[in-house]
Amino acid sequence: MPQFALLLSTPESQYDNLSPQEIQALLAKYVAWRDGLVERNIYRGSQKLVDGTGRRLRTQNGNVIVTEGPFSESQEVLGGFFVIEVPSYEDAVEISRTCPNLVDGHLIEIRQLDPMTPASTQH
Amino acid sequence: MAKPTAAPESATPCIELVDHLFRHEFGRMVSHLTRILGARNLAIAEDAVQHAMLQALQHWPFHGTPNHPKAWLIQVAYHRALDVLKKDRRLDLYDDEAETALTRQIDPRQGRAPVHFTNEVADEQLALIFVCCHPALPRPASVALTLKVVCGFGVAEIARAFLSTEIAINQRLVRAKRTIRDNNIRFEVPSPAQLPERLEAVLDVLYLLFTEGYAATTGDHLIKDDLCAEAIRLTTALTQNPATAQPEVHALLALMLFQAARLPARVDAAGDLLLLEEQDRTLWDRAMIHRGLRHLAQAAHGDHLSTYHLQAELAAAHATAGCFALTDWEHILALYNLLQQLQPTPVVLINRAIALAQVEGPAAALDALESIPYDDQSQRYHLRHTAEGEFHRQLGNLPQARTFFQRALACAHSEPERRFLEHKLKTLANEHR
Repeated sequence: MPQFALLLSTPESQYDNLSPQEIQALLAKYVAWRDGLVERNIYRGSQKLVDGTGRRLRTQNGNVIVTEGPFSESQEVLGGFFVIEVPSYEDAVEISRTCPNLVDGHLIEIRQLDPMTPASTQH
Repeated sequence: MAKPTAAPESATPCIELVDHLFRHEFGRMVSHLTRILGARNLAIAEDAVQHAMLQALQHWPFHGTPNHPKAWLIQVAYHRALDVLKKDRRLDLYDDEAETALTRQIDPRQGRAPVHFTNEVADEQLALIFVCCHPALPRPASVALTLKVVCGFGVAEIARAFLSTEIAINQRLVRAKRTIRDNNIRFEVPSPAQLPERLEAVLDVLYLLFTEGYAATTGDHLIKDDLCAEAIRLTTALTQNPATAQPEVHALLALMLFQAARLPARVDAAGDLLLLEEQDRTLWDRAMIHRGLRHLAQAAHGDHLSTYHLQAELAAAHATAGCFALTDWEHILALYNLLQQLQPTPVVLINRAIALAQVEGPAAALDALESIPYDDQSQRYHLRHTAEGEFHRQLGNLPQARTFFQRALACAHSEPERRFLEHKLKTLANEHR
């Protein structure tokens, strides 16, 4: 079955002024959403990316140019991702619709993982 | 691409995030860190705990809730505080004493054994309350600061409790923390000689905490039983400490217990507000009322009549009336007459007018209400408009009644309050027909 990466973006320091109660309420939504994925056996993993960092490499006139993050050209930065296993993009979209990240008004990008070539056909 | 973190083996979450865990832990962790760092570093302790909770929000959705959330939070807070202290190393205000104490705390091999959290918490929180209520601070600042750092309220929640703005509350908090740092206020429960002036502010704070839980100015849940329980817990701790067990403290605890005893009856199954006369009194918590009466008896020592004594007497009069019709309104009005001399605030005057309506009727009550000056606070105080509308309705002045109910609706904070007033307006429209 195909696997999809849900890439969650959040603007940094958006939550600085939340009260402990509000932080917990928001966190509880995420925990419930994540637990839902686990219970339906479609959760395949997730990873947080370290905020405020990053490197970009690009070749210019034969030299590799390394740029240090954070990259400020976009308002939102990629904060982490989930991997889920569902039959189609439509299912992945339905799952993402209920993600608290989206409820908070932030971006989610979905990309299907390229399935590995079966071992039997490899040379 | 990198292999994502493996899925957990069990489908069930490791731990329940119990209600208000973060709110409770905020106060406990700030108290704990402030004991280690000294009261002068209260702002650093507070920042560290806030940072830890935001880190939880960033990480737990991806990595799952840790097996020991409290331990996770305090470890993150320790390290954040240490980072902040180290950053100051080059500056004049560098606090090497605090850094050493914190380093020992984080690494027990360097000295101190790890803290036994639950046992030390009560004293740490009491000590922090007394820091926040130091006489060097203006009272409103003390109250706001305690609600923020000891009780874990957000700035917006405090603003609503005070009928104030977030900007004003923030300014109060910043100035208060600066005063604590500049005066090098100590982290301790004060000595008997210092106690009276400090205790008064502490009681104000605990009562406001209770009121916030009882009246619940925020969100959908009318009654945040939990905040009432927290206020009762801290006040009980004061009555159990010989240094702080004054008659006034018993009076305040009695008041809280009488009011909390009525919590189960204050809303119906749909979460809508019930008036005192509509409540099912069999739902009142009799054991709590008896506990209240015992503390009221213990409050009857000494010669100081506090506002808490009067308010506890008022609450007792309601809590011990067998039914609404048996309420002794003349006794209640007499108590309000005393209370308005000690505390002539709009809230007291409005409640006195409501008692007056029961004794002398709506016309007299309306006269009393209209003589209360419209200050900035009572304009936003929806109870005044609701009462004024109700008295007009009883007198048959339906258009005026509607105007006041609409004003009340405009400044109602909670959903049940809103529904209560919308229902009033609907009933009024039917009466008009």
